[in-house]
Amino acid sequence: MNLLRFYGDHAREAFGLLGQHLVLVGASTLLAVLIGVPLGVLLTRRPAWRGPVLGLANVFQTIPSLALFGFLIPLPFLGGIGARTAIVALVVYALLPIVRNTYVGISGVDPAVREAGRGMGMTDGQLLTMVEIPLGLGVIFAGVRVATVVGVGTATIAAAIGAGGLGVYIFRGVSTVDDTLILAGALPAAILALIADGLLGLIERRLAR
Amino acid sequence: MTPVLEVRDLSYRLPGAGDRHLVTALSFSVAPGETLVLLGRSGSGKTTTLKLINRLLEPTSGEVRLQGEATATLEPYRLRRRIGYVIQEIGLFPHFTVAQNVGLVPRLEGWPPDRIAGRVRELLALVGLDPDEFAERSPRALSGGQRQRVGVARALAADPALLLLDEPFGALDPITRVELQREFRALEGRLGKGMVFVTHDVREGLLLGTRLGLMHEGRLAFLGTAEEFRRSNDPQVKQFMEAA
Repeated sequence: MNLLRFYGDHAREAFGLLGQHLVLVGASTLLAVLIGVPLGVLLTRRPAWRGPVLGLANVFQTIPSLALFGFLIPLPFLGGIGARTAIVALVVYALLPIVRNTYVGISGVDPAVREAGRGMGMTDGQLLTMVEIPLGLGVIFAGVRVATVVGVGTATIAAAIGAGGLGVYIFRGVSTVDDTLILAGALPAAILALIADGLLGLIERRLAR
Repeated sequence: MTPVLEVRDLSYRLPGAGDRHLVTALSFSVAPGETLVLLGRSGSGKTTTLKLINRLLEPTSGEVRLQGEATATLEPYRLRRRIGYVIQEIGLFPHFTVAQNVGLVPRLEGWPPDRIAGRVRELLALVGLDPDEFAERSPRALSGGQRQRVGVARALAADPALLLLDEPFGALDPITRVELQREFRALEGRLGKGMVFVTHDVREGLLLGTRLGLMHEGRLAFLGTAEEFRRSNDPQVKQFMEAA
């Protein structure tokens, strides 16, 4: 009840934070796709790079998010206080599932299908765009879904470096020991994650072949 | 008449790994309308030879000529579009319809859609599949024999001069295999193409081959007509005939 009253009183602010949250997650996931999918494809062409690249992405994944946000602040260009730094950190987290699933999705294509394509005279680019990506799309998209759902949660911590988002309520609630405030941030973030998971899962099932 | 395919002194060594010769000093040629069957045990270099012809593998030395043209001077993907390729696993594109599978090389070559559609119908009829019934099907909705029919139609799509077939009927049940062998034999005469047909089944080889080559440890141990093959005193050939 307290929560509803709170939203009633702070509707504009709450929607503003929700919007910021969506921008953080949307922008970082989009960037991670733009970087991660080509990187994953590259790994299928340069198998020797797979270990180091996936290893590095794995290491990034283990850095506690609050610490990563902190590390980025003093960096030139990428760092500082605000949304840009937060997006950089969120991209770093989103990369691993996207790169890994792109690699797995494309390597999982039936070798006979690949051999037939090459044997019939497809160029590498044609093989990739006409065969490998369409057939791997379901798995690739599963990586995007995981990255998005994790991103919704991690983005709440972005408030710690002044990037806004629903985390603002959570941090404010924690520092004033106010359960209603914590819930005001955490509840919509959780619902957002569920919605993203459901919607993207729906698309994923349509893409899986 | 220029042979469709000439192979001279072809060798392939596995890059790196010691000095393993997978194919050594192969020489043969295939005339239009002729089917050269390559027989041999697993690992004798039959499949490797096919891949050296369409450059899925690069020869270590020697020369391959397609219709008089040295294949080494061509872009591999251009070369491959002039050679039909059929493999045991078939490798139909599961996300394409039967018609899209068959029409792939013409599409890569930029044929107009109506010409592709006409060609696809013609080829499906040729391999014994009713175009009205099968063109829009998914490969998943086909039996093994029907799939390999599509595989053969797909390899013929852009009217290649040469066809490479790697145990095309090897994974089919015995009844379907015999049926396809018989039809393929009739097709050979009508098509007049040069073919290299790999199999380890001697009966199949004798049925379909105008000439037979027996490969042993990367070399051609024997090369001759079916009749010569039957009568040969070559120990390798005899061993093979006895096993059949």
